[in-house]
Amino acid sequence: MRLSPDEIIFWQHGFFKLNGTIVFTWGLMLVLAVGSKLVTRKLTTEHTRSRWQNLLEIVVTGIEKQIEDVGLQHPEKYIGFLGTLFLFVALASLCTVIPGYEPPTGSLSTTAALALCVMVAVPLFGIEDQGLRGYLKSYVEPTIIMLPFNIISELSRTLALAVRLFGNMMSGTMIIAILLTITPFLFPIAMSALGLLTGMVQAYIFSILAAVYIAAATRMRMAKPDPVPKT
Amino acid sequence: MDITALVAVASIVTAGLTIALGSIGPALGEGRAVATALSSLAQQPDAATTITRTLFVGLAMIESIAIYCFVVSMILIFANPFWNHVIAQAAGK
Repeated sequence: MRLSPDEIIFWQHGFFKLNGTIVFTWGLMLVLAVGSKLVTRKLTTEHTRSRWQNLLEIVVTGIEKQIEDVGLQHPEKYIGFLGTLFLFVALASLCTVIPGYEPPTGSLSTTAALALCVMVAVPLFGIEDQGLRGYLKSYVEPTIIMLPFNIISELSRTLALAVRLFGNMMSGTMIIAILLTITPFLFPIAMSALGLLTGMVQAYIFSILAAVYIAAATRMRMAKPDPVPKT
Repeated sequence: MDITALVAVASIVTAGLTIALGSIGPALGEGRAVATALSSLAQQPDAATTITRTLFVGLAMIESIAIYCFVVSMILIFANPFWNHVIAQAAGK
């Protein structure tokens, strides 16, 4: 029983293996990049616009609104990263309707890479917003005893992000594979629909959690309460 | 019982127990979360989007505990290093 798309080998040359994860990730990158390039060739602010431009505007403004709701004041700084996370994971899960496709997020390598991107991006955004000293000072909030716990929580958040996404995607594909050997006709379709739903929810969760972590790293300064005026 | 049978029995039993015991806690937690969300929705219907979004985020966090147990169980059944080692030894003999 195949545990991940890592085990589908398309081409091999010595040490260099072109496995299913890489090929499906390239396919998704191609679809996203070429699709958005084609749609944004003729952007217009007229009243009549192409439906694809409308679709992209709905998606982008929706993501911007979600980022603002989380508490990040200038969503245009973060929408590149967070929007890409959401679109990649959502498209990876949505394409499971295509036969022969396996989501690359069903491999721990992909989800670990995405979680590492978040782990690197949070300090970057924090330092950009608060300066190096300000960001490092947030690790010793509220007392210096919390320093190891804050560091451990940083690492465990990353691990949890990776394993959560991997577990959800892998369990979806595995349940369908097992059911196909038991009751091949109707039940796997219901489980595929459930897999689509959980895939979308997990894409949303991944990007919202990344946004929350970035907000926690950049919001320390504004979260300080105003000093009580001495009367 | 020789070592092969011992490893097999331990892996299978542990895999079953992991997923069985590991889904009790998250299921109870998610039930409580949804119940509280429903009662707050009944109390304040105009905060529905915030409550729903927070509910989904919270459910995903709780669900991830069950997912960890599922991953451990799958590793024990399909990617078990002890089983692979024992099988390699038995094949080499």
